[in-house]
Amino acid sequence: MTTAVDTVSALKDKFAAEILSENEFRGEQTILVSLPALPAILAYCKEELDFDYLVDISSVDNMGEEPRFEMVYELYSLHTHVHLRIKARVSEDHLEVPSVVNLWPTADWHEREVYDMMGIRFKNHPDLRRILMWEGYPYYPLRKDFPLAGKPSDMPDVAFTKPAPLAGGPFVSSDPKDRVTGEPRAKG
Amino acid sequence: MSAPAAETPVAYDSKIEGNVIFTRVDTAINWMRKNSLWPMPMGLACCAIELMATGASRFDISRFGMEVMRFSPRQADVMIVAGTVTYKMALAVKRIWDQMPEPKWCIAMGACASSGGMYRSYAVLQGIDQLIPVDVYISGCPPRPEALLEGLMKLQDKVSREASTVAQKKELIDELS
Repeated sequence: MTTAVDTVSALKDKFAAEILSENEFRGEQTILVSLPALPAILAYCKEELDFDYLVDISSVDNMGEEPRFEMVYELYSLHTHVHLRIKARVSEDHLEVPSVVNLWPTADWHEREVYDMMGIRFKNHPDLRRILMWEGYPYYPLRKDFPLAGKPSDMPDVAFTKPAPLAGGPFVSSDPKDRVTGEPRAKG
Repeated sequence: MSAPAAETPVAYDSKIEGNVIFTRVDTAINWMRKNSLWPMPMGLACCAIELMATGASRFDISRFGMEVMRFSPRQADVMIVAGTVTYKMALAVKRIWDQMPEPKWCIAMGACASSGGMYRSYAVLQGIDQLIPVDVYISGCPPRPEALLEGLMKLQDKVSREASTVAQKKELIDELS
């Protein structure tokens, strides 16, 4: 029976130099690979290791670190029931990642969302438009340097935005010692 | 019944007793309007579920003559903005509002439509009253169907107090007088 550990060792045999680190947390296998090798590794996972289901694509903004961004691919096999997470770092200077729409068609909208919210472009994507905000919105809202309240923007006849009143917020729950102190309060 | 002769004054007449009501034009028009408010259901989030419950048999919005949900803005009288208005949706709401014929009214149903609610966020319009005039605000997240009905009854009160003819047919009245 194939396990996630088996797939990781198979990948390590094939792409030893490209796998930068591996991590296991609560039975979940995660590998960090170099960005240039990402398309080859994902194609190998799809074609040879039987990962026929792309669960999700997401991205992380590690502001202050270099490389700043990180792509996260969640793979699953409906035949062997193995889950594998593959990450790759993306530099802010070259925000372009090869698209995997040719491997998993479901990547289309996932990559559009990453592009819309984080501003990472996807090479050879068939239809790279914004998916949640509108075409022409000047910011990427899920980046760490974008305020929760938003920034003013205006496209006549399309849409406009104004900063939302936060009234001292965002309000976050602290470590709940009891119900009163655990209530959401303004941070800082 | 034959038509009364032209010189007959309108006075007590046992033949037509009970069939004639004296009232003001405003009052009659307002009475008709307030008892047939056709809603434009602008269901944008979970408030729309409560709006649907209001339309269903337990709460039965048709008791007020409002069961005729019009999905064409050109046939609607009152827009019920039920739910979170994102900036992406806001101008579509405005456009549908502009397509509704006068006289028209607007109800902001729930916290989100009234003020943005819990969404203090870059993506959400902080109250539909920033784009279109609102007649009745209904609190709640989401409001119960009873609250929506109370809001609609408040709107009926408002409609019944309007000076419809004087305000809307001012030119005609000036011409006649």
